[in-house]
Amino acid sequence: MAAGTQDAALAPSFAERHAGTIRALRLYARTFARNGSAMLGLAIVLLFLTTAAIGPWIVPFPEDAAGAIHLDIKLQPPDAVHWFGTDEVGNDVFTRVVLGTRVTLQIACIVTGVAMLIGVPLGMIAGFVGGWVQEAIMRVTDVFLSVPGLVLAIAIVGALGPGIVNAMLALSLVWWPGYVRLVQAKTLALKNEIYVQAARSMGASSLRIVFVHILPNCTSPIMVKASMDMGMAILGAASLGFLGLGAQPPFPEWGAMISVARTYLPDWWWYSFFPGVAIAVTVLGFNLLGDGLRDILDPKHRE
Amino acid sequence: MLALDGLKVHFDVSRRRGEKVVVKAVDGVTLRLRKGEAFGLVGESGSGKSTIGKAALHLVPITGGRLEIGGEEMTRLDRRAERRLRRTAQMIFQDPHSALNPRMTILRSVAEPLVLHTPLRGAALTARVAALLEIVGLSRQFLYRYPHELSGGQKQRVCIARAIALEPELLILDEPTSALDVSVQSQILEFLKKLQADLGLTYLFISHNLAVVRYLCRRVAVMYLGVIVEEGETEALFSNPRHPYTQALLKAVPYPQAVQPDRGSPLQGDIPSPVDLPPGCRFHKRCPAFIPGVCDRHEPPQVRDGDAMVRCHLFADAART
Repeated sequence: MAAGTQDAALAPSFAERHAGTIRALRLYARTFARNGSAMLGLAIVLLFLTTAAIGPWIVPFPEDAAGAIHLDIKLQPPDAVHWFGTDEVGNDVFTRVVLGTRVTLQIACIVTGVAMLIGVPLGMIAGFVGGWVQEAIMRVTDVFLSVPGLVLAIAIVGALGPGIVNAMLALSLVWWPGYVRLVQAKTLALKNEIYVQAARSMGASSLRIVFVHILPNCTSPIMVKASMDMGMAILGAASLGFLGLGAQPPFPEWGAMISVARTYLPDWWWYSFFPGVAIAVTVLGFNLLGDGLRDILDPKHRE
Repeated sequence: MLALDGLKVHFDVSRRRGEKVVVKAVDGVTLRLRKGEAFGLVGESGSGKSTIGKAALHLVPITGGRLEIGGEEMTRLDRRAERRLRRTAQMIFQDPHSALNPRMTILRSVAEPLVLHTPLRGAALTARVAALLEIVGLSRQFLYRYPHELSGGQKQRVCIARAIALEPELLILDEPTSALDVSVQSQILEFLKKLQADLGLTYLFISHNLAVVRYLCRRVAVMYLGVIVEEGETEALFSNPRHPYTQALLKAVPYPQAVQPDRGSPLQGDIPSPVDLPPGCRFHKRCPAFIPGVCDRHEPPQVRDGDAMVRCHLFADAART
């Protein structure tokens, strides 16, 4: 009998083992739900993600993204059939904006992902090892940070040649220094935490300290920055597309669309207006989401 | 159990350019702790008492002198010596709130030393942690809680459970109660006293609270600016302090009544910077018994009397005659 209850206490259910985590998540959810702008951001981001997921099946004219030409209906204003109007070769702008979410999401994820993969380990090494290693990493980071990101990206694409892959590569290469800064500062602070000293006094290796004690405590600011950066990466990619350095025009990418559409302003305004709205709303959504995440994950760093 | 021989811990805080600046946090400390005794180390902030505790566990690099733990030379650590050191000696930190990783459950925190040093895993590990929590008076319900869900006293109990997980022989307690509520302090102290008796632990108890040291420790050493100025049996030292600094420390303890008895003037000024140590006796600038021409010129000799030791010119003469 006694042994039985003991076993039960030692092998508690999933809910019991994670009661603390569940309580914390519930608190996060409540705080987040009370924050109106954060919920708006979440709604926009969810809409964006669903659109990207089911886009090809809901658009009215899927072939319009693949280079179809209907010159008889070119530059039609918005109506019941073509909600966002048509462009200079008669393609449905709504279809192209919706399908543009996929490539936009792809760019955002890859740029932020690569930036994190480069930046987080470098920042962690710099902060943890210190000394000349830190000096070297941080000075290189400073050099990258001192040049405006987009200008550097333009230079890199200029050297590699225009194209969507090169644009993503260029944006990733200018995006990582922010993560180095963030993670290095956080690591530097966490390294002197008493629980890190305690772990060391128990004989934990440096590797264990980094992965068990420092990295998990860095995740909140990294997540906040990543969600903000998704928005900024989208903006960056659109800018490159607009300059003709990113995705090339027949491809349904928002920046590239605006780049062609701007010559049709102001008379055929819908052609550039709707891709522009898509960019603005998406970037806003990611920023609001990031702000909301910061409020719940990192309340001390609220500005 | 723990022996320090002229232990020195200096920190190089030089700027990149400019002259060399060295903080002499611990400057030649000799101590002997016998197995199973509770030894108190007192002094004001900046006297280097915490640094001694950290140096004993190699949490700060040792500049000079010798460190011996459990009869084994530990001044320089190779891998094997380090593993043994981590199992023999553990530390309890001042602030239990920051001594536990906020992202780890109590189970994971207390299990960490066991994971590092024993093959215990899974259910056996959980059972061992639950048993440890029981020793410190916490129920199994705490296993899956996070530190922020616990009170200060409970967190300190968790830290104690973690420290005794590997059955160490030496515990270094760095002001283990000063971050806690007064009501909880006495509980933790009582528990620490009982724990020491039950497990036969050796304590190096670092504190600025003289009453706490008097309650827990049989012997005590008083530190000032990186050196030990007086050492002896707790009762003898407290009832008959010899070094002017010890006398001043004891006088500074507030009495629990509104009208304080006249105890002469308290110490003037702050503890001098350990970067720029005064010549001669380190205490001479604040000493009420300052002898001009002696105290500011010559380092005071150590005068030993059995177990007791005092480092002051006043007693050097007595020893000579």
